[in-house]
Amino acid sequence: MIAHLVKSFTLWEFVKAHWLTLKYFFKPKATINYPYEKNPISPRFRGEHALRRYPNGEERCIACKLCEAICPAQAITIEAQPREDGSRRTTRYDIDMTKCIYCGFCQEACPVDAIVEGPNFEFATETREELLYDKTKLLANGDKWERALAANLAADAPYR
Amino acid sequence: MTSFFQSLGLPYEGAWLISTIVGILVIALPLMLAVAMIIYADRKIWAAMALRKGPNVVGPFGLLQSFADGLKVFLQETIIPSAANRALFLIAPIITFTVALMAWAVIPFQAGVVLADINVGLLYILAISSLGVYGVILAGWASNSKYPFFSAIRASAQMISYEVSIGFVLICVVLWAGSFNLSTIVWTQKGYYGFLNGNGFNPLLFPMSIVFLISSMAETARAPFDLTEAESELVAGYQTEYSSMAFALYWLGEYANVILMCALNALLFWGGWLPPLDIGFLYWVPGIIWLFAKILFFFFVFSWVKATVPRYRYDQLMRLGWKIFLPLSLAFVVIVSGFLMLTRYGGAS
Repeated sequence: MIAHLVKSFTLWEFVKAHWLTLKYFFKPKATINYPYEKNPISPRFRGEHALRRYPNGEERCIACKLCEAICPAQAITIEAQPREDGSRRTTRYDIDMTKCIYCGFCQEACPVDAIVEGPNFEFATETREELLYDKTKLLANGDKWERALAANLAADAPYR
Repeated sequence: MTSFFQSLGLPYEGAWLISTIVGILVIALPLMLAVAMIIYADRKIWAAMALRKGPNVVGPFGLLQSFADGLKVFLQETIIPSAANRALFLIAPIITFTVALMAWAVIPFQAGVVLADINVGLLYILAISSLGVYGVILAGWASNSKYPFFSAIRASAQMISYEVSIGFVLICVVLWAGSFNLSTIVWTQKGYYGFLNGNGFNPLLFPMSIVFLISSMAETARAPFDLTEAESELVAGYQTEYSSMAFALYWLGEYANVILMCALNALLFWGGWLPPLDIGFLYWVPGIIWLFAKILFFFFVFSWVKATVPRYRYDQLMRLGWKIFLPLSLAFVVIVSGFLMLTRYGGAS
């Protein structure tokens, strides 16, 4: 009873709390200075999509449409046709990035590791239309990020 | 300063007018700058206690952040809701801002450096800080929207409740100093036990200094008592419908009030412009620097509390005001006046 009175009149709980926050005041800060510093990301990170090529320049995609079928957001649209040499290729490969939910099912469905989600997450645009990716854009992404994509796939391969 | 303008050949009235206007500008403009910097300091302190870095992009160490925010707000459109009472809606932030500046007229910055050295300075401050509630009530009423209205009701009840205990705390100080003049109150704090400056070192007034510190947080609706803008329940309280410069005026007025309350804490209980220790060489530092150091210290305490204590529930706020602070400060009015009766005014005989 008396202890309780003394505690409440000396504001003991408040003094303790303020001592704690004062200690935190002088601690090193946890903030990542974002545009200049970045957090490390996992090889499994699911960012911007890319269509990869084989080392000889041939595109990997065989137009099996498994990614289109599995896509839960129905963000992928594919049209396919035989090429002059008789192999089946896509004539159209669109991803609507405004629909995509970045679940990663497309890259898991892909039998030839053609469509993958890369480590890039800084692809904000000023217009909505820029987010409707077509085959050219996706292949360009694949060429641009190939080293990182291959390294990530290799790092994750033992666990697949 | 009046005599300086008189020496330039002006009649007394003209010289007085000009010197008063100059004095107002000399106080108000640096105060605006101080508000901008103190908002930055507030955000930095708050961030540091949450293990964040706070604003650090605009200018060196983010020092210009407040000015960037001010510019942004200035360029925005002033939106007046169609259901609002236009005249009152626009007058309300002006009242808050003006009242926050007016109180600074009687604050002594140094021995003799005060705009209006009136003998009822403390009463003036009480009156002005009571007027401040009108800005909030009018905003809540004129917005014609439910959250600002709830906030205005809360604010009026809260400010009035805590003004009662603040009044009694001030009476203790006034009894001890024997004057309502802020400069005199500061001078009477000189030389406790021969070496300390400040009413806070007086065991009879120390509890009152704590009550005043907490009440001043409630009076300015700062963190643990910021129920008027409790964002989880009231969006942004009475400021919800405001935008652009009207919003900025509230922001400026609020922080000018916070600095004013810090200054009052320093002046009434911790020796104002006097150094904390009554030792000769400390008087070499100009008094205004001691006062600013104390204001900054109290502002740090305000931010510190904001970063530490969660918001009170409304009934807890009222309980603290009416059932703890009011009886406590009343009791201390009796104790202080009784003590003075027995010692200073030779009561028993």
